[in-house]
Amino acid sequence: MDLLVPEIGLLAWNTISFLVLVFLLGKFAWKPIMKGIHDREKSIDEALNKAELARQEMARLSSQNEELMKQAREERDQILKEAKTLKDSIVNEAKTQAQTEGAKLIEKARIEIENQKKAALAELKGQVSALSLDIAERVLRSQLDDKAKQQELVNNLLKDVELN
Amino acid sequence: MDYNRVFVSKVKRLIVVFTLFSVFLGFRTAAFAQADSVAAQGHEVSAPAAHDQAHGKEEKGFDITSFIFHHISDSHFFTIWGHGDHGLTLHLPVILWTDNGLVTFSSSAFQFDDAGKVVVEKNGQRFAIAHNKIYYANATADAHGSYVSHVTDEKGEEKVTNARPLDFSVTKNVFSMLLSIVVLVIIFTTVAAGYKKRAGKAPKGIQSFLEPIILFVRDDIARPNLGHKYAAFMPYLLSVFFFIWLNNMLGLVPFFPGGANVTGNIALTVVLAAATFLITTFKANKYYWGHILNPPVPWWLKPLMIPVEIFGMFTKPIALAIRLFANITAGHILVMSLLCLIFIFNSIAVAPASIFFAVFIGLIEFLVAFIQAFIFTILSALFIGMAVEEHH
Repeated sequence: MDLLVPEIGLLAWNTISFLVLVFLLGKFAWKPIMKGIHDREKSIDEALNKAELARQEMARLSSQNEELMKQAREERDQILKEAKTLKDSIVNEAKTQAQTEGAKLIEKARIEIENQKKAALAELKGQVSALSLDIAERVLRSQLDDKAKQQELVNNLLKDVELN
Repeated sequence: MDYNRVFVSKVKRLIVVFTLFSVFLGFRTAAFAQADSVAAQGHEVSAPAAHDQAHGKEEKGFDITSFIFHHISDSHFFTIWGHGDHGLTLHLPVILWTDNGLVTFSSSAFQFDDAGKVVVEKNGQRFAIAHNKIYYANATADAHGSYVSHVTDEKGEEKVTNARPLDFSVTKNVFSMLLSIVVLVIIFTTVAAGYKKRAGKAPKGIQSFLEPIILFVRDDIARPNLGHKYAAFMPYLLSVFFFIWLNNMLGLVPFFPGGANVTGNIALTVVLAAATFLITTFKANKYYWGHILNPPVPWWLKPLMIPVEIFGMFTKPIALAIRLFANITAGHILVMSLLCLIFIFNSIAVAPASIFFAVFIGLIEFLVAFIQAFIFTILSALFIGMAVEEHH
């Protein structure tokens, strides 16, 4: 069969041409093309990896922020609570102090009143006694126009004094 | 395996294609049978007439076999349109290495002869052309005016017994192949320039059209078969793939500069298969040779297996060469046969059906052009992969 017998001339042409083709394409086409594709794939991979890392970093940062916010909130609550307690205690203390102070003042006032009352009573007593002496003197003066009566009175008085 | 899914789908498609082929093969054999009987009749009728008249149009229309084989075989002329002196033909240079050294002349010297009737004298030697082959011409013409001696062998095929010079002519096939090489180099250096110009950026224009195909060769052909060693074989696989594909496609173009049956010529497929064979053989590691020379079978099977394995080394590339050659040639024969139905029935009424089927087969041939390039490349990758595979 003629078709199955390769022609020598064609074989030679085909061999040389194909080798030249592989050489030319290999050197000037496939090498830069494969390199270009490979580089681009690498850069895309890198970019994707970087994006993923950035995403993770973002997530990390945001969770950190969340944490910080939470912490801050807790701290604020704590501080507020403490402040409230402090205020309460101060108010209570003040109240107690005021009460004790008031009680003391009342006590003092009571004692003073008592003292004043005593003094007033003492003064009243003195005045009453002076007044009564005066009255008595006037009564006596009016009554002691006679001698007998004077004597009797003196005696009575002396008796009283002795009794005192 | 990863490429299995691709392979299976391709196999399915192949099955569809071959089913269609076999359906139309029925047509083909019928056509040939008819052609033979008609040709025989024609021969009987024209026998009393002078053989010179046998060159007439009628006879040519009847002799479908030689008509088709003329079209699928190589030629020293590249017809652009028309026929002979009435058309435009590219006369390709004839380069011969003869007994007296190198002889060159234009194929126009043969004046469209293909029956050994025109003798060209150069360097004191005489050449005649018959069935697209150049022979040393006889001193005198025979009864039919031919300067070459014909012998009919036992199969009924006519053979020319004259001696032949070594023919390194730029024939139709060589011209077409060189053209395809120029096209490939221009296209892919343009693409490469695109990668340099837009490094790291999205592909553009022809680059974006070819990149998926390059990636297909890399990711679906090279990587699954060659593993991490794929990079070293990429230039070969890509070159083979695009070379076969472009030439398959050019072969389907019915007018200049297509139409040459480059990949359907055994001389080309043998070269490509030999390249795969040489790469397989020279890149093979000790595991590959170990598998061939000391196959993992019981000792008493070894005397049988070793010759089989050695035989297998050669059958693989031979199958590669035959597969591509046969598929492409069959496609061309099929399309030509369908068109020849018009001349067989000698009726223009057949033309619509004939053309419909020819176009249909032509479309399938576009698929086959790609599939055959794919199969040649994936099998090359598979064979090379088997040779360089590491076993641990």
